[in-house]
Amino acid sequence: MTADHRPPAGAHRPPAGAHRPPGFDEVRDSAEFVALRRSFRRVVFPTTAGFLAWYALYVLLAAYAPDLMGTRLGGSTITIGLLMGLGQFVTTFAITMAYRRWADRRFDARAEALREQITGGAR
Amino acid sequence: MNLGNPLVNISIFGAFVAVTMVIVLRASRDNRTAADYYAAGRSFSGPQNGTAIAGDYLSAASFLGIAGAIAIYGYDGFLYSIGFLVAWLVALLLVAELLRNTGKFTMADVLSFRLRQRPVRMAAALATLAVCFFYLLAQMAGAGGLVALLLGITAPAGQYVVVAVVGVLMIVYVLVGGMKGTTWVQIVKAVLLIAGAGAMTVWVLATYGFNVSSLMQAAIDTAAAQGVEDPEGLIEPMNQYGATALTKLNFLSLALALVLGTAGLPHVLMRFYTVPDAKQARRSVVWAIWLIGLFYLFTLVLGYGAGALVGPEAIRAAPGGVNSAAPLLAYELGGTLLLGFIAAVAFATILAVVAGLAITAAASFAHDVYASVVKDGSPDPGAEVKVARRTVVVIGAVAILGGMFAVGQNVAFLVALAFAVAASANLPTLVYSLFWRRFTTRGALWSIYGGLGSCLLLIALSPVVSGKVDPVTGLSLSLVKDTGVDFALFPLENPGIVSIPLAFLLGWVGTMTSRPEPDHEAKADEMEVRALTGAGAEGAVDH
Repeated sequence: MTADHRPPAGAHRPPAGAHRPPGFDEVRDSAEFVALRRSFRRVVFPTTAGFLAWYALYVLLAAYAPDLMGTRLGGSTITIGLLMGLGQFVTTFAITMAYRRWADRRFDARAEALREQITGGAR
Repeated sequence: MNLGNPLVNISIFGAFVAVTMVIVLRASRDNRTAADYYAAGRSFSGPQNGTAIAGDYLSAASFLGIAGAIAIYGYDGFLYSIGFLVAWLVALLLVAELLRNTGKFTMADVLSFRLRQRPVRMAAALATLAVCFFYLLAQMAGAGGLVALLLGITAPAGQYVVVAVVGVLMIVYVLVGGMKGTTWVQIVKAVLLIAGAGAMTVWVLATYGFNVSSLMQAAIDTAAAQGVEDPEGLIEPMNQYGATALTKLNFLSLALALVLGTAGLPHVLMRFYTVPDAKQARRSVVWAIWLIGLFYLFTLVLGYGAGALVGPEAIRAAPGGVNSAAPLLAYELGGTLLLGFIAAVAFATILAVVAGLAITAAASFAHDVYASVVKDGSPDPGAEVKVARRTVVVIGAVAILGGMFAVGQNVAFLVALAFAVAASANLPTLVYSLFWRRFTTRGALWSIYGGLGSCLLLIALSPVVSGKVDPVTGLSLSLVKDTGVDFALFPLENPGIVSIPLAFLLGWVGTMTSRPEPDHEAKADEMEVRALTGAGAEGAVDH
């Protein structure tokens, strides 16, 4: 897995004198970049707040409501605490898969388009 | 009690060393530039790097320690592993890709991107070296403890020899193989560890008809038969932590440091530079989360399995105590051969983790302190890697001497301390510089030094250093063995609950009371655009 899939430097560079690639300041103020940053933050900030809150709830319940967490389900030795703990695994795996899917489908192409604007096709 | 056959254990470990040495020698051929030496030419794929991350992260403490804690304390041991796993979401969502896009080799690259280079790099390097040092010391002491358990060597001289062997092997791996060699050692170890734990898990589950409830019932029954008070406590929280309000607070403090510390561990951060781009950095974390999560699910079964088949009192009585649960279970299931395999994997685990720490510390010293601070960013060609290699030898020597000193001491707190420093000194500055445009040099310095200093001070004044006495035996449980000495002014053993909020606060106050650098706007624009788009990111090296 190396950089073979990338176009060689300068492959898509416009002819000399046509367009100067935009600077970082121009890109940062462009509508595309502002939209990209907004959608990135709209995904990662609430998700982070969500899983941290869920983890905090779990830890606080384990510390201060051990009786509730130790409640057995039916006649088994499976407790509410064990299920909530396994639930932390499930949510971690689910967030990982969902984020990867979102980033692959919704983020990468837009980031790449901006990158090509800046570097004129090269990196 | 002497378990298994030391010769078998040593032979299997020797085979691991021989195989990895060959791989390291082959990998060393392409080590020419700094990017080769520190970042393996950025040529690993996401899945390869994800496996190496699992190999770097799953230390002997998390394998032997967590399985043992579950076997003896039940549910509380499981709580540990959840913090270790959930923490990876912070790395996935907030850190990995942005770090890969804006840095070259170290955490300090990112922190100093748009702040004043020299002071910020120096601070970040000190925090990096502190975390590596504490973690390294804990691993070396663990190696000494492991031989007592697995080879039946209890004399200090024998343990010193083992610490020295681990240290020398670490130096050779890192000196010869650089990041590429280290990565392969971690990959091989991760595969062996996860496969071994997986096979034992299936074996334990099969013994109980693949019924987790019967497995846990069997653990309770064995505990009751061995005369454990309240065997039902094995499936309830706070068996270990729940004695008083203070121990609960201690637990919360640890939980906070675990979840925020992982994404600030310098040896984890450095691994993101070994892949060609941000997309592969993302894939690395995805792979790491699956492997690490799977492994912690295995330890849950292994812990209760050891509780059921060996029993908590038998584990406590074995040499190595809590840490002996997984090896004892292996012996119970598969006899001498499986024990030999698990013992070798435990040693391989220590070796892979210390190699990762050594290359991180060496890179930080050579790249941040030598090249950027001492030589002001323009070292002689080739000098930086030369300094890095020399640093590896120094770090190895320090680790061996420190490890000898730490053998037999109560140094389990060092891992928790490393996480607390990572969560207080590294993570706040990392998050601020990636997401807060106004963040200034003063904010970074106050946050790093404040987080590092408060962690060290609070640990020094805590019961882990002085004043903790076993109520039954009257012996000291602290680092200072004289029970008459007690300067434990801070009651918690984990400083995180104070130091982490403090570091975030200091970063904010420092920023609000200072002005941005003169070139702030341009640098901030560049960093913001590069972080998200990957423009100008360091690419893979072609050979």
